[in-house]
Amino acid sequence: MSISNQIFAKHCNKKSLESGEFVECDIDLVMVHEQLGGRISPEFRKLGLKNLWDPSKVFYILDHWVPPPDIKAAKMHQIANKFAKDYNIKWNMGQNQGICHQVLPEKGFSRPGMLIVGSDSHTTTYGAFNCIGTGIGATDVSIIFSLGKLWFKIPEVQRIEFEGKLGSKVMGKDVVLQLLKDFRTDGAIYEAFEFGGSGLRNLSIAARMTIANMSVEMGAKCGVFEADKILENWLKVHPSPESQINTKFNKLISPTKDAKYKKISNYNLNEIPPLVAKPFSPDNVVPVEELGTIEIDEAFLGSCTNGRMEDLRIAAKIIKGKKVPANVKFIIIPASREIYLQALNEGLIEIFIQAGGVVEYPSCGPCIGGHLGVLGPEEICISSSNRNFMGRMGDPTSKSYLASPAVVAASALKGYITIPVKDIWE
Amino acid sequence: MREEKSKLKGRIWIVGDSINTDLIVPSRVLTEQNPDKMLEATLELVIPDFYKKVQKGDFIIAGKNFGCGSSREEAVYVLKQLGVRGIIAFSFARIFFRNCINLGLLPIVIKEEDDSQNFAPSDLGNEGDLISIDLTKSTILSLNSNKKFTFHPLSPFLQSYLDKNGALSYIKEQLKQ
Repeated sequence: MSISNQIFAKHCNKKSLESGEFVECDIDLVMVHEQLGGRISPEFRKLGLKNLWDPSKVFYILDHWVPPPDIKAAKMHQIANKFAKDYNIKWNMGQNQGICHQVLPEKGFSRPGMLIVGSDSHTTTYGAFNCIGTGIGATDVSIIFSLGKLWFKIPEVQRIEFEGKLGSKVMGKDVVLQLLKDFRTDGAIYEAFEFGGSGLRNLSIAARMTIANMSVEMGAKCGVFEADKILENWLKVHPSPESQINTKFNKLISPTKDAKYKKISNYNLNEIPPLVAKPFSPDNVVPVEELGTIEIDEAFLGSCTNGRMEDLRIAAKIIKGKKVPANVKFIIIPASREIYLQALNEGLIEIFIQAGGVVEYPSCGPCIGGHLGVLGPEEICISSSNRNFMGRMGDPTSKSYLASPAVVAASALKGYITIPVKDIWE
Repeated sequence: MREEKSKLKGRIWIVGDSINTDLIVPSRVLTEQNPDKMLEATLELVIPDFYKKVQKGDFIIAGKNFGCGSSREEAVYVLKQLGVRGIIAFSFARIFFRNCINLGLLPIVIKEEDDSQNFAPSDLGNEGDLISIDLTKSTILSLNSNKKFTFHPLSPFLQSYLDKNGALSYIKEQLKQ
């Protein structure tokens, strides 16, 4: 069986599964963010239940609009916080920790074999940790809060085999943009990705998180990576404070020989160039070097897709000692408080500020056009985030181009979209 | 009751491929505690003033991947609140589809016939045309052109969910057991 089928089978107590089959699965962890104060709290309260099925399996964090940019967002946070308190949500992270998809793994809550759901489409990020992470809606969360289980349609599986090594100016983001170029935004609807192959040894956890994160941009239910030494080492230094999770999910899951795949696609990492997704779709992908000259007003480095240490280190290496043109808004948002602190300790924050960048507190910020760098009419942004839909990052006439942190940093310096001059991995 | 439910009639709105949830309900209104404010922004960049023009019982005809992007259930909520009865599309993004089932907005996946490779949403008619849907036979009839289309019936599992008229009823039923 494929990795995801093994995980689904275990969670619905079945020995085998057919794709297309409907099953009800027990949920190991549900992640909720601002949606708790949006549709979840009022809808769930209608049921009149005194308790959640298991408050120790709920991870709650505020990240989209932190700190609140206006009264409406502040009120939404109050509603969410009250719910978390009233129902004794055990893993209440509050608003000071960072973006959900960075903080949850960092705190050791995504471990091999788990079935994690979240009120956010990018919950697929957790697939980097050899588990299923998948996004659900607010009412789905209410179902789990009440019953502890949820229905799933068993997906067909697309196997992706990586080989080789990333090029000197290429990051995990370029890999997933290449997949988007090939699969398009509807190429894996209701399907699961399974990532493996000898190239995994050259893909960091950060790169895997980026690839799993944007699997949903192709419609995928989840994007699960095979486990290896790199993951094992990561898990060792990121134990969960919930000891049960550590002991229950300590076995790495590999696909069995009889695994059925809809298709197996091979990718040589060496052959992927620096890529960019043009407006208004993440699959509108071309090599940066074929883009022509696109001048920018903003360069955004951050989001659940690309605000990790690897991303900040590479960007800082490109930026160090140079100045960003005064007409470019260069916005840097570390994905979590941990990352912010580490970047501070490594001197990266100073490099960004010296170069003319604006370093903001961990939040989703401009990725959803919420705050901290919203685009005005006709403005053009090079962004390390995940979606360049019309109006997503601000005014409907603004345009976002999606690329790797390396391309974002190089572009911030030049004032137009371009690739870095030097080898980013040296 | 069953008889009434199996035949539906309504006007249609035509939209394209990959109508994402940011387009259905932009994030700037997601922190609104007043749902009416949310409704005014529904599909604003796709069909200006949609909230004023839409009527109870209308259907939206879309291309591929309707509802892609963010998991926001508000995207289904606003359409339902405005009276949209169902979405007819070539394919749906999975979270949007789940949200439809949970809130009781009918998601209909149209069959692309083998001989019509260039089949487009506009083949079902023009904006404002009337269609009639037969849920038992899984057919859609354009009352203006008399053309007939077929769709994939919902699986019995999902149909039973939808028949409960929203997931909250399902939860209540389960909790009683």
